[in-house]
Amino acid sequence: MYYFDPHIHMVSRTTDDYEMLAKMGCVGLSEPAFWAGFDRGSVDGFRDYFCQLTEFEPNRAGWYGIAHYTWLCINAKEAENVELSREVIAMIPEFLDRPGVLGIGEIGLNKNTKNEATIFLEHLDLAARTDEQILIHTPHLEDKYQGTRMILDMLCDDARLNRSRVCVDHVEEHTVRHVLEEGFWAGMTLYPVSKCTPERAVDIVERYGPERLLVNSAGDWGPSKPTAVPDFILAMRLRGHPESLIRRVVYENPLAFFGQSRNFHFAPPDEKNVPGQ
Amino acid sequence: MEVPIGAAELLEREYLGIRAKILEIAATFDRIDRSRGDLVASREMPLIRQALEVLLSEKENATRAEQIQLIFSRPYDEQWIKTLEMPSR
Ligand SMILES: [Zn+2]
Repeated sequence: MYYFDPHIHMVSRTTDDYEMLAKMGCVGLSEPAFWAGFDRGSVDGFRDYFCQLTEFEPNRAGWYGIAHYTWLCINAKEAENVELSREVIAMIPEFLDRPGVLGIGEIGLNKNTKNEATIFLEHLDLAARTDEQILIHTPHLEDKYQGTRMILDMLCDDARLNRSRVCVDHVEEHTVRHVLEEGFWAGMTLYPVSKCTPERAVDIVERYGPERLLVNSAGDWGPSKPTAVPDFILAMRLRGHPESLIRRVVYENPLAFFGQSRNFHFAPPDEKNVPGQ
Repeated sequence: MEVPIGAAELLEREYLGIRAKILEIAATFDRIDRSRGDLVASREMPLIRQALEVLLSEKENATRAEQIQLIFSRPYDEQWIKTLEMPSR
């Protein structure tokens, strides 16, 4: 089955991973800007990172027929440095017209601090002014509930935002309902040590239906599994769900969500020319 | 949306997995008991106890996973804007 991974950090993965994803049916992915494992020292560090995300990664993905899209921001962890964050936010518009840039993300909260909330709001303002879509990271473990509720408060407080163009990611059993009820998209992240498992993601689909739900691996430099979406596909099948429902969640939903971005262009694989023809 | 597989089949399929997970928890508790010191001041143990009670609760609305998530979460502070002293917008 063809699928999208709507949240995966390929800068941290090898070319072999791109090949494996392609073999498993991945035809497109989106890569949000995130924390590199260390704090970057200057706005130029971010500029270089955004070049990597908009130039080299789409190239590398293309070697295996995978369409690569990206989201730009300074992540919540580095948002503790408010001054640097503001410099990065001011620089982001240089990249917003590049092909494959879907919007602002993954912004959000990490430890639910004042600085994080301040920079989150400034990112929201940037997205509203530039009419960009938004991808949101929610905190981990015991901070997730409070952080998700704070994020929803801030989103719902900004009347300029179109809720169907915002995805709140890393939802779990206690946060998904709040996100969907407010009209946002919700992403389920299948991650080995924290977040959701494939079976629990299937439970959430059964509970809430496929509307505005996405599934991703959030594969990165940590212990993560870039092929988590195929795991979800298998778990859905073993649970007895029809192919049409699975395809809706892993293929049609990402297309519908990404399709609202002006820089999203995608040739479905069944309509594409096969090389050599 | 309905779960396509019946309850009896689902339980049969998951039985060994559930058994293994319960044994893992039991052995971990035993290991903690065998080790030095006590857990009188532990923040985690009461949470684990609460979560185990939810596991044994009747089915009713089938929201055990959600309830357990909330047990392991910091509560939502509705007044967070004040608490954090966010500037008014
Ligand atoms: Zn991420």
